[in-house]
Amino acid sequence: MSTVIEKKVFTAPASMKSNVYHFCPGCHHGLIHRLAAEAVDKFDLASKAVGVIGVGCGVFLYDYLAIDCCESPHGRAPAVATGIKRANPDSFVFTYQGDGDLAAIGTSEFIHAANRQENITIIFINNSVYGMTGGQMAPTTLPGQITTTTPAGRNPASDGYPIQVTELVASLRGTAFAARVSCHDSNHIRKARQAMFRAFQAQIEKRGFALIELLSACPTNWHLSPQQSLNRIEEELIPAFPLGIYKDF
Amino acid sequence: MTEKELLKGNVALARGAVDAGCRYYFGYPITPQNDIPEYLSAALPAVGGTFIQAESELASINMVLGAAAVGKMAMTSSSGPGISLMQEGLSYLAGSELPAVVVNITRSGPGLGGIAPTQGDYKQATRGGGHGDCRLIVLAPNSVQEMYDLAGEAFRLAFNYRNPAMILGDALLGQMKEPVILRKPLPPPDNKPWALTGAKNRLPRLVKSLYLKDGEMTVHNLKLLEKYNTLKEKEVKVEVDCRPRCSLIVVAFGSCSRIVRTTVDRARKKGLNIGMVRPITLFPFPEKAVRQAALSAGRVLVVEMNTGQMVDDVRLACEGNSKIYFKGYPGGIVPTPEQIEAEIETILGRGGLQECQR
Repeated sequence: MSTVIEKKVFTAPASMKSNVYHFCPGCHHGLIHRLAAEAVDKFDLASKAVGVIGVGCGVFLYDYLAIDCCESPHGRAPAVATGIKRANPDSFVFTYQGDGDLAAIGTSEFIHAANRQENITIIFINNSVYGMTGGQMAPTTLPGQITTTTPAGRNPASDGYPIQVTELVASLRGTAFAARVSCHDSNHIRKARQAMFRAFQAQIEKRGFALIELLSACPTNWHLSPQQSLNRIEEELIPAFPLGIYKDF
Repeated sequence: MTEKELLKGNVALARGAVDAGCRYYFGYPITPQNDIPEYLSAALPAVGGTFIQAESELASINMVLGAAAVGKMAMTSSSGPGISLMQEGLSYLAGSELPAVVVNITRSGPGLGGIAPTQGDYKQATRGGGHGDCRLIVLAPNSVQEMYDLAGEAFRLAFNYRNPAMILGDALLGQMKEPVILRKPLPPPDNKPWALTGAKNRLPRLVKSLYLKDGEMTVHNLKLLEKYNTLKEKEVKVEVDCRPRCSLIVVAFGSCSRIVRTTVDRARKKGLNIGMVRPITLFPFPEKAVRQAALSAGRVLVVEMNTGQMVDDVRLACEGNSKIYFKGYPGGIVPTPEQIEAEIETILGRGGLQECQR
């Protein structure tokens, strides 16, 4: 009989808890949680990181990452993060915010945090729809996209255009790093990981404000299968939200 | 040795906060409280602290929330509309059990209102602080000395009870100058086993107010209720000046109580036996003191610079056992002692001389 030698080739990041995700099948929050945890591990931040969590499907981040966490009122995470970072400059502070949280109700807070060169990192999840509240129009909803509050599709004439957050942030002098990445295939996920590391590096080197926008899927509220959702990111989201590093320190 | 200085109310409050150990201020300009951020923008950096002029009151209160979550002494100040914008953050602070001090140097309202002295935010201050079943600790100074002293006291209470505390002043208290003895208060407790300092050699901590699982929110609400009940038991501050067999009790808080003080003193010189109760904590409200004084006199006059807000708390405290009169001066009118005296005489006249002298 031959001996079976088991070699571990893949494991969860050390800063992740072993809880089972509550996310819907095909949702990218779990993947993005993992990318954040990998960055926490890479820079050995588990003992000094504080995650500030916006309101939305990502609010339970503290169930999955073994770091100090603070809930924030809807949209105000960059202000809460500002208070934490200023009160304890040695900590590593990131926010985790969806498109409704950051780009609608929280527009003022992230713009001014960037403008103050606040030394924080923002992880911005753009899936073009409100997830937790059940599929309403987000500021990033594409023209023509059907949501529960745009039953005939988003009409720019009355509902406005999707907001391009990364371009907006990159235009501010206080921003050190701004990038938009996608989660729809392994090649892009690898690039997303590198961008996540860079967004963390910016804060570690005290370069100022860093934001990473991740295009991601919400199959439940898109009414698509997980595979169809990946296709939608590639075919519809990326043309509307061009990928790239928009600003790098 | 204690120092004595002539200070403006707003500056005294800011000095009191710094002397108490506050090192973080986040705020947005609004009249009539601008002396506070202006003073702290220089004073805090000088002692190694941080001052940020935020983009809005929404941002201010949430920056305070962040610094409070780290366990630091943080504050903001504003007025009327700005305090309205902070209600969401106050609710989160209360729900997350975080200590912070918020100063409201009130404007008259509703809406943009005016900037003259009023007490129209009593109910907003004492009925919670935003949505949900919560309370703020509310302190009402009536002198520049108390603007200084209660700043430190607000931090002590906020940290001891892990609850936001509000100082409710007005333009009179904020703008007038009086001599102040600078008695430095003791710093609040060091032990903060909830502060988000990074999970070094310990389990991760969580500051939260979201409770979705069955029964969790009820448990949390009852825990908060216990805290509010402890505050009612232990932290009531009130000034009572009632002689036996007095014919009328006047209840007033804040700057209005200074005018009532003068009125009561004058009335006594005229031979009228008038008592006075001044709540210093508006939450916890001095129910017992008000009830006892009211029961002894049978009649209570509540004077406020609004259309009638604290008077409801006096009615609740008296439980229908005393006759309650109210005189309000809303919209920036500051009453004179003569006006209040006339009000007292009208009430006593209604009751007849015999009743007055019983």
